[in-house]
Amino acid sequence: MNIWKLRIDTFFHYTDLIKELVSRDLKLKYRRSFLGYLWSILNPLLIMIIMTMVFSRMFNRNIENYAVYLIIGRTLFDFMTNSTSQAMVSIRTNYALIKKVYIPKYVFPLAKVTSGMVDCVFSLGALLIVMIFTRTPLSPYFLLFPFVILQVYIFSCGLGFFLAQGVVFFRDLQYIYKAVTTAWMYLTPIFYPVEQLPEQLQWLVIHVNPLYAYIAQFRTLVLDRTFPEPWLVVAGCVWAVAMMLFGMITFKRSQDKFILYI
Amino acid sequence: MAENIIEINDLTIRFNLASEKIDNIKEYFIKLLKRELMFQEFLAIKDFSLNIKRGEAWALVGVNGSGKSTLLKAISGIMKPYKGNIKVHGTIAPMIELGAGFDANLTARENIYLNGLILGHSKKFMEEHFDKIVEFAEIEKFLDSPIKNFSSGMKARLGFSVATMVNPDILICDEVLSVGDAKFRKKCEARMKEMLSSGTTLIFVSHNINQVKELCDHAAWIEKGCLVQAGEVNEVCDAYTESLNI
Repeated sequence: MNIWKLRIDTFFHYTDLIKELVSRDLKLKYRRSFLGYLWSILNPLLIMIIMTMVFSRMFNRNIENYAVYLIIGRTLFDFMTNSTSQAMVSIRTNYALIKKVYIPKYVFPLAKVTSGMVDCVFSLGALLIVMIFTRTPLSPYFLLFPFVILQVYIFSCGLGFFLAQGVVFFRDLQYIYKAVTTAWMYLTPIFYPVEQLPEQLQWLVIHVNPLYAYIAQFRTLVLDRTFPEPWLVVAGCVWAVAMMLFGMITFKRSQDKFILYI
Repeated sequence: MAENIIEINDLTIRFNLASEKIDNIKEYFIKLLKRELMFQEFLAIKDFSLNIKRGEAWALVGVNGSGKSTLLKAISGIMKPYKGNIKVHGTIAPMIELGAGFDANLTARENIYLNGLILGHSKKFMEEHFDKIVEFAEIEKFLDSPIKNFSSGMKARLGFSVATMVNPDILICDEVLSVGDAKFRKKCEARMKEMLSSGTTLIFVSHNINQVKELCDHAAWIEKGCLVQAGEVNEVCDAYTESLNI
């Protein structure tokens, strides 16, 4: 009991540091660029326009509002991959610090995923612009989006913890993960409708790919303007919590050995 | 009799030499299976025991690679003991490398906050002490320049003032005063003496024996991870310098 109180106290003690690390990431990301934070909106917008031009002819019969459909999938998927890839190397890139000052090591991956989330929320501006252009009506259901983002955040934190500790002992993981995310992208219905897949694969993607649960929830909120199916929400939350626990346990088990390997 | 602030009992620290000499594929797989691929054990500290009392100023002396820095890292909690244990009663301000947490692309102002938070202070605390830090480091003019444009002496000054702005229970200092000009070194020594007189315990590593004798009252001589001699500073330092002259 006591140890948990100590852990929670330590966490709150370092929240200021996490905030500062997040603001450093955001500040440095666009420092000296002319348009600054606007790129967080412009970048997904430009990519969306290109992808819509390329893909809308292939799938337009099945999806009514392709631009919005696409940008939702991309925003969430990019949030997950970018933040976990950044979190993965965060222990290694901060080795100089870890070797010299005592800090709870989880702040580094946690800060990276958190800055990924802030960036993702910024880029929802792009979604709003696309919605206005395509005359998608706004509904109160849209306001439930933080709940979906939170699920992705927890999931990404867990995955980030696991990857960050793994890469300390096994550098090859970085390159493996790159391939994994590419495969993951094609197995997630981002720019195609899930019905397009062969039946068996479809079942797998729907039930085993956590990203499907998150993206489908978000699309239901925005495009169907209703509550997502309950099983999707349950699946999403279970994935998030399970991944978080898995990440925390693996991270905790190996964190004392980091110093010997970085 | 003052109480012990640091108790080190039979401490052994394992260190990874990470030797990358692998001659053939067979050896690679053998090492992979024995989990020695990236790991080659080396005991940097062996069965080390030392008690430090509150308010004392200890110097660690010894040749390069004798385990002084490793011992400091173990006391700061960066490295965990392999065997034995360390008990520390109080807050530690580590100065193992000045400005270890500086981000070259951030400005000095942003770095002061970041570094302070890394040392475990709160944002509010940093805001209160900000002016004091800037004043001590004498960098008012360069507050908003990225730190990559700073000279190493300026960085050291900034790092020192962030680390010593509080009165910690224990100050750990690893050869950090070798950079910086004579004037700043004097200023740092004065600040350290001031902290000592207010009850801070100092653990100091330096190869400058005169500096050691001036600042510290006790010394521990370490060689190859073992304690050779511990006690009054002049006695230990003289024995140590004598051993070097052979």
